[in-house]
Amino acid sequence: MTTDHAPAFVAKRTGLVRFISTYGQEVVIAGAIIALFVLVSMVSPRFLSANNLNTIISGNAYIAVAAIGMSMIIITGHIDVSVGALIGVLATISGTLATAGYPVWIAWTLPILIGVGINAIVGALVAYGRIPSIVVTLGMLSILRGGLVSITGGAWINDLPPDFHLAQQRLLDIPIPIWFMVVLTVGAFLWMRHTAFGRSLFAIGGNIEAARASGIPVERRVVQVFMIHGAFAGLATVLFATQLRIIQSTVPPNLELTIITAAVIGGVSILGGTGTVIGSTLAAILFSAIGSAMIFINVSPYWLRAVIGVLILITVLIDMARRVREQRSAKR
Amino acid sequence: MTWQKLLRHETILALLTVLALVVLASQSDKFFTLDNLLNQGRLMTEVGLIAVIMTFVIITGGIDLSVGSILGLVAVLLGVFWKNMGLPLPVAIGLGLMVGTLAGLINGLIITRFRVPPLIATLGTLALYRGIAEGISEARSVRGYPDWFFVLGQGQFWGVPVQLWILGVVTLVAAIILGTTVWGRGVYAVGHNETAARFSGLQADRIKLAIYAASGFAAALAAVIFVSRVSTTRSDMGTGIELDAITAVVLGGTSIFGGRGTIIGTILGLILIQALKNGLSLAGIKSDGTIVLIGAVLILTILLSNLFHRNGNR
Repeated sequence: MTTDHAPAFVAKRTGLVRFISTYGQEVVIAGAIIALFVLVSMVSPRFLSANNLNTIISGNAYIAVAAIGMSMIIITGHIDVSVGALIGVLATISGTLATAGYPVWIAWTLPILIGVGINAIVGALVAYGRIPSIVVTLGMLSILRGGLVSITGGAWINDLPPDFHLAQQRLLDIPIPIWFMVVLTVGAFLWMRHTAFGRSLFAIGGNIEAARASGIPVERRVVQVFMIHGAFAGLATVLFATQLRIIQSTVPPNLELTIITAAVIGGVSILGGTGTVIGSTLAAILFSAIGSAMIFINVSPYWLRAVIGVLILITVLIDMARRVREQRSAKR
Repeated sequence: MTWQKLLRHETILALLTVLALVVLASQSDKFFTLDNLLNQGRLMTEVGLIAVIMTFVIITGGIDLSVGSILGLVAVLLGVFWKNMGLPLPVAIGLGLMVGTLAGLINGLIITRFRVPPLIATLGTLALYRGIAEGISEARSVRGYPDWFFVLGQGQFWGVPVQLWILGVVTLVAAIILGTTVWGRGVYAVGHNETAARFSGLQADRIKLAIYAASGFAAALAAVIFVSRVSTTRSDMGTGIELDAITAVVLGGTSIFGGRGTIIGTILGLILIQALKNGLSLAGIKSDGTIVLIGAVLILTILLSNLFHRNGNR
C-alpha cells in the first residue's frame, strides 16, 4: 500500500518506541482505567465486585459500539452529529416491531438495515451533493428528532416480549453486550488495519487529493463508510433498546456528543487521518468507570459532566503537545 | 453573469423567506398580526444574539459548540450571585456577563495558544461549563426576581419588545463591523486563508480571541434575557441552542469552511426558521413536525446553493 499516511520517520524507530508512538493514546487511557480501578477500590472494595464491573462495562457497551462507526467517520475526515437521534429512532422502531408481534430477530435486524439506509442518504448528500457533513447531519438531526417525537409523542414502549431483551442475556457466562463490544472492536480494528478498504479511510482523511490521485474512489468510499457507520449505530441500538424493560421513544439527550467524545478521547484526530477503534472503546469504558467511581467515592453525580469536560480538555492538550514534539523531531 | 449574481445565496434565501411568509399568512389570519410578529421577535432573540456572533466564529473557519452551556452556566450563576450571595441584581448581571466573556476567552485561548481544533475545544468546554452549572445548581431552580428585571424579557419600549431592540442594536453593530471596517475584512481574511492573513500582517490569534470572547458575552447576554423572559433559573437552560444558532448561520449562507458569510444572511435564516415554527404551529402542525421541516430546508438550501455555484466549491 502506498496510501499509508504514517510519516516515514516512525519506521526507523525500535519496536517499543514505535508501539508507544503509534498507540500512545490507547496506552494512556488503559493506564487511566487501571489507575482509577486501583484508587477507587482502595477506598471502596465493592467497586471491583463482579456486579459493578458488569454494570460499568456492559451497561455502556452500546456507546463503545456506536463510537466504532463514529471513529471511522472522523478518521475519514467527517463528523456525524445525528447519530444519537438515529439510535433513538431505531430503538423505537425495534421496540414497536417487537410489541407488534414480529419475531424478535426481525426487531433486532431490521433497525440495522434502516440505519444503513438512512446513512446511505447522508453519505450521498455529503459525497455527491458536496454539502459538509456537519451541515447534512445537523439537518438530519432535526429531521430524525422532530419526526420521532411528532409521530410517537414521546410515549414509552412497555410490554416488550421477554425474549426481546438480548442485552440481558449471557453467552458462556459473559453478558452479550461485552461480546458485541469486544468482537466488533477487534474485528473493526483488524479490518481497518489490514484491508485495502480499511487503509483507504486513513488515506482519504489524511490527504484527500493524494487518495484520489492514487486511485481510491473517494466519493463511493465516503458513502460506504457512512453506511458502515449506520450499521454500527444499528448494532448499538440492539444493545441500547434491549437492556431495559421499557423504551422511551425520544432521543437520548447528548448521546451524539458522548459518542463523538469517546472517539476523540480515544485518540481519533478530529483533523482526520489517524486513530484506532481500540482507543474509542477504552474511552467509552473509562467514561462509564468514572461515572460509577464518583458514586463510590461519594462525589455528587451532578459534577460528572464537569469531570468529563476537564478530562476531554486535558487529553486534547496532551495530544496537541505530543503532536508538536513529533513534528519537531520529524524536522530534525 | 448577472443572473448568477442574482442567484446569490442571500437572494435565494430572501425569496424563500418571502414565499414562506406568503404561504403561512394564507394559512392563518393570525400570522400577519403585529402582536404575533412582535411576539415571535421576542422568541427569536436568544438564538439571534448567539447566531450573530456565531457568524463571525464560523467565518474565521471555527465553531463554538459551548454557547448553550455558557448560557446555562451564566443563568445559574445569576441566581447564585443574587440569591445565595445576596449581591444587588445589577451587580449579579454584570458579574454574569463577565463570567460569560471569560468562558468565551478561555475557549479562544485553548484554540489559539494550544492549536486545538475549535470543534474539539468547545466540545470539551460544552461538557465542562454545563457540568459546572449542574454541579453548582444541583437541579435546584431560583425564582422570585424583582419586577423591574422582567422588563428585559417581557417588557416593551415604543411598542416593541425590549429584547428585540437589544438584538437590533447588536445586529447593526455587528453588520457594520463585519461589512465596513478593516477589522471586519481581517475576519474574512483569517477564515479564507489563515497563513496568508498572517503573512500580510494580520494578528489572526488576536482576532479569533476577540471573537470567541464576544461569543461568550453574547451567550451570557442571552442568558440574562432568557431568565428575565421565563422568570426562573435552571441549569439545563439553553441546551441545544448551539445547534439552532449554527443552523441559522449556515442557512444564511455562511460557509462552514470559513471565509464567506454575512450578518444579513444569518438574520434572514433566523427569520425563516422562526416564521416556519410559528406559521406551521398556527396552521395546526405540531412543533416537532416543524423541526423536521427546518432540517429539510437546511439541507435543501445548501444543496440548491451548491448546484448554482458548481465552480465555487467554497
